[in-house]
Amino acid sequence: MKRFLASLAAAAVLASGVPALAETPKDTLVQAWTIDDIISLDPAEVFEFTAAEIAGNSYDRVIGYDVNDVSKIHGVVAESWTVSPDGKTLSFKVRDGIKFVSGNPLTAEDVVFSLQRAVILDKSPAFILTQFGFSKDNVADKIRQTGPMTFDYEMDQPYATTFALYCLTATIASVVDKKEVMAHEKDGDLGYNWLKTNYAGSGPFAIKDWRANEVVVLDRNDNYWGAKPPLKRAIYRHIAEPATQRLLLEKGDIDIARKLEPEEIKAVAKNPDIKIMKGVKGSIYYLGLSQKNPNLAKPEVREALKYLVDYQTIADTIMDGRVIVHQAFLPRGFLGALEETPYKLDVAKAKELLAKAGLADGFSVTMDTRNTAEITGMAQAIQQTFALAGIKLEIIPGDGKQTLTKYRARNHDIYIGRWGPDYQDPHTNADTFARNPDNADDAKSKPLAWRNAWDIPEMTKKADAAVLELDAEKRAQMYIDIQKEHQATSPFVIMFQEIEVAAMRKNVNDFVLGPSFDDNKFTAVSK
Amino acid sequence: MSSLAENESRGRSSSHLGYGFLPTPFRLCGTLALTFLGLLLVTFLIGRVVPIDPVLAVVGDRAPANVYERVRIEMGLDRPLYEQFFIYLKKAVTGDFGTSVLTANLVIDDIKRVFPATLELATLGTVFGTVLGVPLGVLAAVRQGRFVDQAVRVIGLLGYSAPIFWLGLMALLVFYAHLGWTAGPGRLDIAYDYIVTPVTGMILVDSLMQGEWDVFANAFSHAALPAILLGYFSLAYISRMTRSFMLNELSQEYIVTARVKGLSEFRIIWGHALRNAAVPLVTVIALSYANLLEGSVLTETVFAWPGLGQYITNSLQNADMNAVLGGTIVIGAVFVGLNLFSDLLYRLLDPRV
Repeated sequence: MKRFLASLAAAAVLASGVPALAETPKDTLVQAWTIDDIISLDPAEVFEFTAAEIAGNSYDRVIGYDVNDVSKIHGVVAESWTVSPDGKTLSFKVRDGIKFVSGNPLTAEDVVFSLQRAVILDKSPAFILTQFGFSKDNVADKIRQTGPMTFDYEMDQPYATTFALYCLTATIASVVDKKEVMAHEKDGDLGYNWLKTNYAGSGPFAIKDWRANEVVVLDRNDNYWGAKPPLKRAIYRHIAEPATQRLLLEKGDIDIARKLEPEEIKAVAKNPDIKIMKGVKGSIYYLGLSQKNPNLAKPEVREALKYLVDYQTIADTIMDGRVIVHQAFLPRGFLGALEETPYKLDVAKAKELLAKAGLADGFSVTMDTRNTAEITGMAQAIQQTFALAGIKLEIIPGDGKQTLTKYRARNHDIYIGRWGPDYQDPHTNADTFARNPDNADDAKSKPLAWRNAWDIPEMTKKADAAVLELDAEKRAQMYIDIQKEHQATSPFVIMFQEIEVAAMRKNVNDFVLGPSFDDNKFTAVSK
Repeated sequence: MSSLAENESRGRSSSHLGYGFLPTPFRLCGTLALTFLGLLLVTFLIGRVVPIDPVLAVVGDRAPANVYERVRIEMGLDRPLYEQFFIYLKKAVTGDFGTSVLTANLVIDDIKRVFPATLELATLGTVFGTVLGVPLGVLAAVRQGRFVDQAVRVIGLLGYSAPIFWLGLMALLVFYAHLGWTAGPGRLDIAYDYIVTPVTGMILVDSLMQGEWDVFANAFSHAALPAILLGYFSLAYISRMTRSFMLNELSQEYIVTARVKGLSEFRIIWGHALRNAAVPLVTVIALSYANLLEGSVLTETVFAWPGLGQYITNSLQNADMNAVLGGTIVIGAVFVGLNLFSDLLYRLLDPRV
């Protein structure tokens, strides 16, 4: 027994004699986040928050924009471009002197290959390119190399140039190393099965390792053509539990905690070694009211519900600084964003509207609610304010994928959701909130308006016209008009715009929380 | 007499897998095949009735309808349920467990990565639970009704009733954040990553094999807290069971005889009573080990330990059925293997069987 106790003590000494390092290495940035949403590292497929951010730091795209002013577009891989007189063709000149991490020079051949590949593979984000009329059959002709460093991009209609360019700022417009990717091609897969878990880019960082649900490691790309990143390595650690993230941050074992709950943020904000950073994101929180529900289909009820949410209180308490009140489908910062917030909690007005709809005593309705703390908190607050007008709201909690499955099948009454734009052009949200080309159950296109069974042929036409308007000012006005109508009549109770919050050690400099999730940058970070 | 012995033997073995000692290979294979088939069938059906669309895990929420439909067909979800199961089974028999849609890896590769992490923790936990639990149980039985017995009972009760999530966070707060005695969540400090080449996947074993003592010490420091925590739950169970087996043995006539013969109390307790109590205890320890090998999703979450529990839970939440079925086969194999092992040990410890 004595011997056993002695060996136990020895083990304890061994363990305690090697404490965790007091801080992370000077040339390494360690972030704690939930990275279990990554399903692929291939930029032709990447569409999730974490993977998009990683691709944003490791791949160069054709076009970029200023994260402080999204309206300022600039070339990245493209040095310059011209628009043909008919407005259908963009001719690009590729920047000289870019090298991939493999050492191969980046040419127009790589750019054309990357864009064609994305269209041919036709993964989830491919619509960002195919909406310009590209398909597997025609892409070889429509996106074509015209010289060693030049290529043409021929669309089916003369779309607003900014719309076309913004789509080339998306992850899907990342340029991959053709030689490297094709060296790993198998059975005509264009290297897809290899690139899913590997890297072939030219960005500031190169992806070294991805261990699912565990870690992503990126190393500085010494071939990078732009400003050299001060850090040698950047690591994402999968830490699902916010309380654990907080402990690691306070102890100095991570530099940035990316997923803290409001109470943890409040607590760490008092720590003199930690600072809080906030970035306004494009994601919006909304309620989707199914028009298949006869009560919710009444225009007065739709409007009444917009008066039955205590927007400011939820923003100040439950979300505690992680959202701002926003009531139109285009987030602030976008061309044509509508910043008016005409709705606030007004029970008397809501009751009046319900009475007009013949529902003076209220009604019962369900809401499918993702079981995260923030969404559940919001749902409960809404449940209370709905009750003030006699509406009995039953919350149906579920896992994210479960509630989404039901929503996509149009089996919900109310769905509380969050939507982030796919690219920085207003069409991205107009396309889903204000277009519904076919409201049939077997429709080909199933935007959010379809999911809520909102049949809007007129508004669809207006949104279609806006995307073809070449004059930026006129185009902005068109979106403002659509949003005003949408705000008043739609079955969407748009409530908030998201603010992303990250807590980091005081010595972390120049981390960027950009407007989109793929704009969160650590390329300039130093410690 | 002989027929009674035969009946007893049959009765005992039926509590395990239904095969007697030295079963014919055919019988064993048949039982195993049936066990796994049943396990896979039930898991498969559960996976298909959960109201989650597996296509969503692949294409996300934004994919256009044509992409969604193409992937649904690629995943074979347009076929009848029995056909889907049959296709899976056919592949599984040839060792192809498919690809996980969430990690983009072959399920077999994922399991090779996550199972050693769980194995490492479960083994440490079981060693801790057994090494402490058995003596505590013996002491509690010997000092029945006295302070030691009550203390062991309270320890056991805490182990059973305290939520592991809370205990884990508290342990981290005290031993990692305040006292700095152990390393924090995760398997290694980043400074030690990529030093050891994975062979077994268990960092403790690999670092020892490659003579990387620093890495070993760091990995041990990381594993200590979660292993002790898991071990604590084993300890609670093992000590209670030991106590009850020991009480049973201590009331037997052979103990009285031994005392009359003047044997020392130490020898009576540790040499005779425990020796006999050890027989059923083996099953208890094996089952407790098997439970830990399933992976504890809460412990793994708190300690950011990339093990089997988190892998299967995450896969199930996304209806990633290849991964779930692969994980189920591993857990099934663990239970069957440990049952077999404890069966063999049983016979080694008890010559009568």
